[in-house]
Amino acid sequence: MESNQTCFRRGVRDGMPIALGYFAVAFTLGIAAKNAGFSALQAMVESLTNNASAGEYAVFSLVSAGAGYWEVAVMTLVANARYLLMSCALSQKLAPETGMGHRMLLAFDVTDEIFGVSIAFPGRLNPFYTYGAMAVAIPGWALGTFFGVVVGNVLPLRLVSALSVGLYGMFLAIIVPPARGNRVVLALVLLSFAASWAAASLPALAAMSSGVKTIVLTVAISLGAAILFPVAEEAEA
Amino acid sequence: MKQNIWIYILVSALVSYLIRVTPLALIRREITNRTLRSFLYYVPYVTLAVMTFPAITEATQRPLAGLLALAAGAVLAWRGGSLFLVAVACCVVVFVSEWILI
Repeated sequence: MESNQTCFRRGVRDGMPIALGYFAVAFTLGIAAKNAGFSALQAMVESLTNNASAGEYAVFSLVSAGAGYWEVAVMTLVANARYLLMSCALSQKLAPETGMGHRMLLAFDVTDEIFGVSIAFPGRLNPFYTYGAMAVAIPGWALGTFFGVVVGNVLPLRLVSALSVGLYGMFLAIIVPPARGNRVVLALVLLSFAASWAAASLPALAAMSSGVKTIVLTVAISLGAAILFPVAEEAEA
Repeated sequence: MKQNIWIYILVSALVSYLIRVTPLALIRREITNRTLRSFLYYVPYVTLAVMTFPAITEATQRPLAGLLALAAGAVLAWRGGSLFLVAVACCVVVFVSEWILI
């Protein structure tokens, strides 16, 4: 059993690539915020309190279109609904006796990436690991947005393009090793790639937002797998 | 009527947090239903895979660069590369291949 301090430090280490990727992505988000009439401070607070790329982007575009508060609430709900699923999965990764304080703090930053590294934690999740990752990722995200508003497009496109791929590299580092050891997971990863590609290419689904597509595909594929290949107790850990 | 940006921020922050905190706060014990457990076990892998492809090919200036990063990242991760190594390798592959392509 590792100490909380060791876990926190490991979280900081794994949070570094997240923070770098966030900075680059949030930078472009800041440009959208500026176009919507947000000041640098307001954009930074939006990022600090929302921690969601697609959700924030939706907010910025709605605000620039002059939408009402309810529309923003509904759109935020739709764009971020996948975090509901992630939080459900994360609740099973925690020891059942984990206190409410930890649960409320962890909930603050359930993002694709923080969720990803937390799930990859061996065994039960020590919340301090996630706090370590959050401690670097949240400032990276907020400051990236801030500077995006202040200095606009100063990062060369080449660099933004390269940095934004780092987040996907992390996803690969999380899903590939279990896929190597488990044929069902391997098949699911490949199936998910194919289905996601098909959903993105089909003109009939063009109106569906990518957030909704993610939810529909995740639920359909995971549910099918759960029915066809239920996981044995000892295989989980 | 001019809307207040701070209220937009408050509304979006509140909704974002409620979505995330509700399951974590309410599901306080281990789920015993085997299908539901299996479903939640598969969710992370499926959802991360769905979000990775084809998005990785759309994040780059040229789709081919993203595809190369996907291949390189998958091979490295298969061989046990760390989170940091795989992430950085993908960035380098895109940077170098776009340097050549563009």
